[in-house]
Amino acid sequence: MNITDLTVHELQEKLKNKELTISEITDAYIKNINEKEKDVKAFVTTLTDEAVTQAKDIEKKVNSGEISGDFAGIPIGIKDNMCTKGVKTTCSSRMLENFIAPYNATVVEKLNDENMIDLGKLNMDEFAMGGSTEHSYFKKTSNPWNLKRVPGGSSGGSAAAVAANMVPWALGSDTGGSIRQPSSFCGVVGLKPTYGLVSRYGLVAFASSLDQIGPITKDVYDSAMLLNIIAGHDERDTTSANVEKKDYTKALKNDVKGLKIGIPKEFYGEGIQPEVKARLDEAIEKYKELGAEVEEISLDVAKYSLAAYYVIACAEASSNLGRFDGIRYTHRSENFSDLKDIYKKTRSEAFGDEVKRRIILGTYVLSSGYYDAYYKKAQQVRTLVMNEFNKAFEKYDILITPTSPTVAFELDGKIENPLAMYLADICTVSLNIAGLPGISIPCGVNSEGMPVGMQIIGNKFQEETILNAAYTYEQATKFRDKYKPELNNEK
Amino acid sequence: MQVSKEEILHIANLARLEIKEDEVDNYIKNLDDILNFVEVINNAPIENLDITIGANEAKNVFRKDEVKVFEDNEALLQNAPAKESNMFKIPKVLT
Repeated sequence: MNITDLTVHELQEKLKNKELTISEITDAYIKNINEKEKDVKAFVTTLTDEAVTQAKDIEKKVNSGEISGDFAGIPIGIKDNMCTKGVKTTCSSRMLENFIAPYNATVVEKLNDENMIDLGKLNMDEFAMGGSTEHSYFKKTSNPWNLKRVPGGSSGGSAAAVAANMVPWALGSDTGGSIRQPSSFCGVVGLKPTYGLVSRYGLVAFASSLDQIGPITKDVYDSAMLLNIIAGHDERDTTSANVEKKDYTKALKNDVKGLKIGIPKEFYGEGIQPEVKARLDEAIEKYKELGAEVEEISLDVAKYSLAAYYVIACAEASSNLGRFDGIRYTHRSENFSDLKDIYKKTRSEAFGDEVKRRIILGTYVLSSGYYDAYYKKAQQVRTLVMNEFNKAFEKYDILITPTSPTVAFELDGKIENPLAMYLADICTVSLNIAGLPGISIPCGVNSEGMPVGMQIIGNKFQEETILNAAYTYEQATKFRDKYKPELNNEK
Repeated sequence: MQVSKEEILHIANLARLEIKEDEVDNYIKNLDDILNFVEVINNAPIENLDITIGANEAKNVFRKDEVKVFEDNEALLQNAPAKESNMFKIPKVLT
């Protein structure tokens, strides 16, 4: 048995039947991390020594009956922008290279409450700004399906670690596609929940009105289980939604008969690779076979959303990142003349180019004389996008689009052209603009063997509907049984 | 070119960033590229639409204004680049 190839629900089964112990599982993952990290480079910080001790401790307590629970001793990896008390939380930035979080994010508390084991902090684009994880200050993560390609981003470390079996599942965060796009590139399942379903307390803010934490997993059942753990109201996040706690696994009915699916044709146009479109067309045919009612619709929001996204996200980032001033967060430039000089020198040397570009854009669109032309219009576009989605959801239960116009691109392929990198977010950003949930699941590979992702969009708080749609397709197609990343350069 | 050198240096100053002389052109180009792309919102049918500031329905969220003590000063101060007797240390502001 290859332990690390199992999903979390399979691991739980084996633990229950005493075929495996908690220590055996942890050891298997640590062995994998030690073997593969040199190729994949998914971690900023590994916690393998701590994990061994923790596993033994949890095992003892489970055996003595002191603790119980379905997730006790299950390992996980966490994107390095979620605060973990006593552990470095760097956001893959030089600015926070030595920052040790003084408290736990709410999601981390929830994992700890379940006695899960944190295997480490996963690489990302600096402050979650980027779509390739190449903007990390520390390292460039590789795509396990082809090590010369990017894993996507910004949660590239999380998606690559799950794909390479270095963690059984992971947490990511998604501001414009940062869970879904890397999941698509790495052939795994990534869910961005409805804005407000998961607390953002302790998530280092990029764009507060768009950021949302969610699961990256090997399959849909695991996605539903991890959502069960992390969802819930939190008074420490005022945007946290006060909605009833659900068991999302109960929604997985393996049945889509009569489900109404809209196919927004604008998401299949210019810039979509033909093989990506072909895999999507096949997936849509599969849904028809499974008894869903499919119709093509017009939903002309992608372009406007993308433009509004870069205005709003950068405006919010320019404000959120103001706190990094050289006073409170570890890094301070050594050469300065006065207080203002501390700010300038520290920020200029410790932020990477992409972060600085976005702060400048954000400051520009908020500056006197430009506010109405950019920021106000972008907020009106936000209303437009919400209205258009509302109209679509009057008729349809879910919408299906590609997650990304392309499969994973070559390392260094787009980093010199920021605009080209931004355009790659065209299919995902509108969900953040409207606050909607979306899941990316693999729907085959292209002729180079690179995975293609399908995005299923639901109405607000309809995670159950999209999870069931994803699950039903997954059960009918069994991607994981057919395709596996090989961790080589050969393709 | 929409954005001038003076403008980019002014914006950088507002953002408390320094742009070196040899970086100016690149920042201008990147900013121009993205601003040209963003022009597309001028074609969006948004006339008379209200603004939306967040993905939630806008509402005030109230809670009791109670003091909660964060006990672990040590954990906060370990991140200070400079400190003195339990305080963050900065250079002299008033002269």
